[in-house]
Amino acid sequence: MSRETTPSQTVGPFFTIGLLWEDGPFVVPDGTEGAVRIGGRVLDGAGDPVPDALVETWQADPDGRYDHPDDPRGRPDGFRGFARCTTADDGRWQIVTRKPGPVPAADGGTQAPHLAVSLFARGLLNRLVTRIYFGDEVAANAADPVLGLLDQDRRDTLVAGPVEGGYEIDLRLQGARETAFFRI
Amino acid sequence: MSLHLPPPYRDDAASHPPIDFDGYASTARRYPRQPLVALAQTLTELTGPLLGDGRVQPSDADLTIQHDGEPLGERIIVHGRVIEPDGRPVAGTLVEVWQANSAGRYFHERDQHPAPLDPNFTGLGRCLTDGDGRYRFVTVKPGAYPWTNHHNAWRPAHIHFSVFGRAFAQRLVTQMYFPGDPLFGQDPIFNSVPDPAARRRLVSQFDLESTEPGWALAYRWDIVLRGPDATPQDREPGA
Repeated sequence: MSRETTPSQTVGPFFTIGLLWEDGPFVVPDGTEGAVRIGGRVLDGAGDPVPDALVETWQADPDGRYDHPDDPRGRPDGFRGFARCTTADDGRWQIVTRKPGPVPAADGGTQAPHLAVSLFARGLLNRLVTRIYFGDEVAANAADPVLGLLDQDRRDTLVAGPVEGGYEIDLRLQGARETAFFRI
Repeated sequence: MSLHLPPPYRDDAASHPPIDFDGYASTARRYPRQPLVALAQTLTELTGPLLGDGRVQPSDADLTIQHDGEPLGERIIVHGRVIEPDGRPVAGTLVEVWQANSAGRYFHERDQHPAPLDPNFTGLGRCLTDGDGRYRFVTVKPGAYPWTNHHNAWRPAHIHFSVFGRAFAQRLVTQMYFPGDPLFGQDPIFNSVPDPAARRRLVSQFDLESTEPGWALAYRWDIVLRGPDATPQDREPGA
């Protein structure tokens, strides 16, 4: 017998009771060699900061491998690949990780280094899914099949700019320069 | 390089609320206005965090023993399975819950509802599903509470659930409700799910068999995650 899936509901305003982890933002411990900080703001349609959002990221390790049994190339050791960070009053979030390597695409091609992102907030009845790419991967980004789904303006909303010690990107839920979100 | 990828997870958009819903005022400035871009699942979406080892203590599943005293309210057991549509269990997945106390007040600085906090109740629970996909929490029944969405708005009693599944594509955050709640009719969050049959899947069932006599009533609620788009024989181990 087939059963239908359970609907999504909003994470609401009080999710920090249940979803806050002390080590949430740290894919790798602070100070790890090669660690980078990736962060930015979450902004609403009026350009105001969203102080009650949750950003979750999933990524490959620096060799482009996922810590998961379905990665056919074998699991890397000890790289969690996952981070979770709530936004502060100014809408800011930040994670500490290592930059992922390029990841295989289904057709034998390659995906540019990227993070998969789930965004949850009060006012979002379902999670929003997006990706974060890296501004210093110009050639890889130009050949990426997922970025290739978007026109240039929208593509730019997914690309984090290099800053001292890491990368910076704002996630805009609505309006001018609205982040491209995916249906997966 | 040719990769043998697992099958993609089947689309289940018909189960879910739309991202913009007039009745829920907070969506207005937060929902994307551009259409979502269809992305064929890649290795990134077909894998996902397998969390839990070292993150969960057995006592995390009992929300009534996390303080010196017992919380006030009606003690209940909430249990069920995390499965895929074909009934296959999602084993070893992290289930996280949070909820208001029995008076309808969250242990959160932004909750200004003038109902009492309970010093013996935080409202946080975690567990891993067992090999059969089962989870079980002991808690107190959360109270209904007012909010400012519309005149005289009240949320039906609910428990928030977060489940990872085994792939990024399966991630689900939702809310479990209690059977027969008189507040369903006026709640825009519950009613944001357009399909009435899908809405009913958010409501737990009273489970007399699982009650513990003289101690606690029980509610059962299964969580069904997206399943792979594949025939069963494609999914045998080693296939």
